[in-house]
Amino acid sequence: MSPEGVIDDPLAVSAPTTGDGAAEPVEDVGGFRQRAAAWAAANLRPAQQRQLEITLRHKLNEEEELAEIARERELQRMLFDAGFAGVCVPRAYGGQGLTPAHQRALNEAFEGYEFPVWFQVPTLSPCMAVILEFGTEEQKQRHIPAILRGEELWMQLLSEPSGGSDVAGALTTAVRDGDQWILNGSKIWTTGAWWSDWGLCLARTNWDVPKHRGLTVFMLPLRQQGVEIHRIEMLNGNREFCQEFLTDVVVPDTDRVGDVDQGWTVGVRWMFHERMLYDSPLVTFPVGVVRSVGATSLTDLARAVGRQHDPTARELIGEARMLDVVADKLADRIGGGVRSGAVSEQAAAIPRLFKGVSTSRLQTIAFDIAGGAGAAWTEDDGAAAGRGTDFLTRQVSQIGGGTTEMARNVISERLLGMPRERALDRDVPFRDVPRGPSSRPTAGGST
Amino acid sequence: MLFELTADQEFLRDTTSRFLADQVPPSTLRALRDDPAGYDPGYWRRGAELGWTSLLVGEAQGGGSVSGRALVDATLLAHEFGRHAAPGPFLPCNLVAGALSDAPAGDGASLLGDLLQGTAVAGWCFAEGHPTGHLPDGLTLQIRVEGDEVVVDGVKRPVESAGTASHLLVTGRTGDGLSQVLVPADAPGVTLRPMHSMDLTRRFWVAAFEQVRVPVTAVVGEPGAAGAQVVRQLRQALVLLCAESVGALQAGFELTSEWVFDRYSFGRPLASYQEIKHRFADMKTWLEASNAIADAAAVAVADDADDAAELVSVAKAFVGDYGAELLHDCVQMHGGIGVTFEHDLHLYLRRVTLDRALLGTPPDHRRLVADLLERREDAA
Repeated sequence: MSPEGVIDDPLAVSAPTTGDGAAEPVEDVGGFRQRAAAWAAANLRPAQQRQLEITLRHKLNEEEELAEIARERELQRMLFDAGFAGVCVPRAYGGQGLTPAHQRALNEAFEGYEFPVWFQVPTLSPCMAVILEFGTEEQKQRHIPAILRGEELWMQLLSEPSGGSDVAGALTTAVRDGDQWILNGSKIWTTGAWWSDWGLCLARTNWDVPKHRGLTVFMLPLRQQGVEIHRIEMLNGNREFCQEFLTDVVVPDTDRVGDVDQGWTVGVRWMFHERMLYDSPLVTFPVGVVRSVGATSLTDLARAVGRQHDPTARELIGEARMLDVVADKLADRIGGGVRSGAVSEQAAAIPRLFKGVSTSRLQTIAFDIAGGAGAAWTEDDGAAAGRGTDFLTRQVSQIGGGTTEMARNVISERLLGMPRERALDRDVPFRDVPRGPSSRPTAGGST
Repeated sequence: MLFELTADQEFLRDTTSRFLADQVPPSTLRALRDDPAGYDPGYWRRGAELGWTSLLVGEAQGGGSVSGRALVDATLLAHEFGRHAAPGPFLPCNLVAGALSDAPAGDGASLLGDLLQGTAVAGWCFAEGHPTGHLPDGLTLQIRVEGDEVVVDGVKRPVESAGTASHLLVTGRTGDGLSQVLVPADAPGVTLRPMHSMDLTRRFWVAAFEQVRVPVTAVVGEPGAAGAQVVRQLRQALVLLCAESVGALQAGFELTSEWVFDRYSFGRPLASYQEIKHRFADMKTWLEASNAIADAAAVAVADDADDAAELVSVAKAFVGDYGAELLHDCVQMHGGIGVTFEHDLHLYLRRVTLDRALLGTPPDHRRLVADLLERREDAA
């Protein structure tokens, strides 16, 4: 389906698999849902508000955050022991060998309960998804069961400070040294790298070929000498993102994922899984959890500021709800179309663009409904508090995971077949690609 | 429209698509511009033979669905009507035929037979020209029972195809409830005044009812007990309007795609400019989103699902707003030719614009969505 013709797509799973090709009777979806719901009721705590709304507002101190991660590891282990971890992962790697329909049933059964939020993205997808697709048998046996047991939290070492959306322009370098590789460079925008265990890293292994042909993917432990992790403070005080500095980090060749210099084949699928985000069948995302400010909380907001009967506020709430509902139906349509092959995988850029733009719009709507409380608030303002700060970070939904401009390029070029943008980095050795004003040729030689 | 259709659905859609392409090309639509009816009766009869008026009618009465979800089947035809900006009283004939199939009345049976054959046309007198005139609870027209007669008093507008209809299905208030009554269009006290509209072929009238008396047997269902049926008809109408708009969006989008590839400026095709590409990406996203929400609403109404009310209003608000933006962007990308009568683009822009304003505007439906959300939260 992808131009690279990658096979064995876990997202295309329609029949259960045990990993060794043997057909086994499958639990029917309804029975699975009932079993999951009963287990959740007996074993899980009700979700806290911040687990129902995943936003960049999240502000815990270090101790609280570590406690939360510890609880998540525990939860993931409970899921594993109860047979609910890795629903669509083959049994040979510790999963359940079931179907996306079972995963959806699990998402329904877990509505309203705590779940290991931080484990889902990027550990299960895209990181585990990439290992499932490209890892050697040894790599899969070593890491996938450990991930599903809650023992390994993964981060994606993909973006670099030198270029956000231009992922293939990675400057982090891996140089071969016998049976191992020496990595140097910097990666950025990793969520919680400081409490994570492993990283999946895209690095340049050949500077003498065009940029897409000189990349290789590696896996490496994050807690080791040579890996320095800095936490980044966002403008609203959130500190979940990190930047890593790799200095002479040694990676054995057995921890290479895919072939040398073929990292872009892996990278294309990696970013596909990243775009799928919480829609991936490898990810548990209980019904009712929202990834942004939802229309439901906007009615609370309107009440908090006494505008529940204001026709303007009501119309804004209606618009917000409309955007939420349409985003869901659009994701269903495109997700179904990709699974059935009716549309190309590149179509995943469509819901990404819609959701990016609509999420920003929702922040604006919330800010406008808040009125004066958007400018200055007290702790007593409840749902109205902090809306002004949210508005400041409005563009995050159009930047993270590839900007909406990139999505627009994908839609227009890959789906609609429009001419591609002229690129100065194609068909030339990466070494010769301009990387800043200093390497730009000057007409008159003057400074 | 759904990505995947059954073979029967595909046949239904394809037959109508080819018929419309052959019978009502843009030149024919332009020629109908000043036609009082807006369509040729022979065209409508032949279209009826393709199933245009039968889908919402029960099998026992000579209709039937091809997939088990009659309304979804009907959206396939509505989509084609939009795609070809086709003429004809598709919406009112289907809604009235469906209502008569659900609850027979008076001359209902013979009218239903004529509607199925395309030899008669009906109008649905629902909307009223005041701010709540698109809501069942907001209607003011009175339907009073007096002995073995009912008396109809009030004004409806806009009423599609009223001037070519043999009968009008009038929805109004009886005490605290709603009634629907089948009134012959030539009954004493009925006055029809033609209206102007931006669509080239769809025709609307103001229908005034002054002390119009019909036998009580002309009531469809029971007097004062039509509320649920009216809501059902209204949702069906909204679903069909959205499906038609999506078809028109598809046509405008395709027309404009061809244009930006063929048109060269400064030595390059328009399609090579990133500004144009990015706007196309937005338009494609809105188009897919319109398809997604229109289809979801159709399935929900067909199945009488709990979220049907919300989905139809979300669909009407979204397709109305974003659809109009999409087609105006298409106009912009055409430049001057896009605002001429000679170019075909306006045929689709007209259809989307018309459908946007019928049965509640996008702001009206956004407020309804907020009402539903609040009601649900209060109940929870």
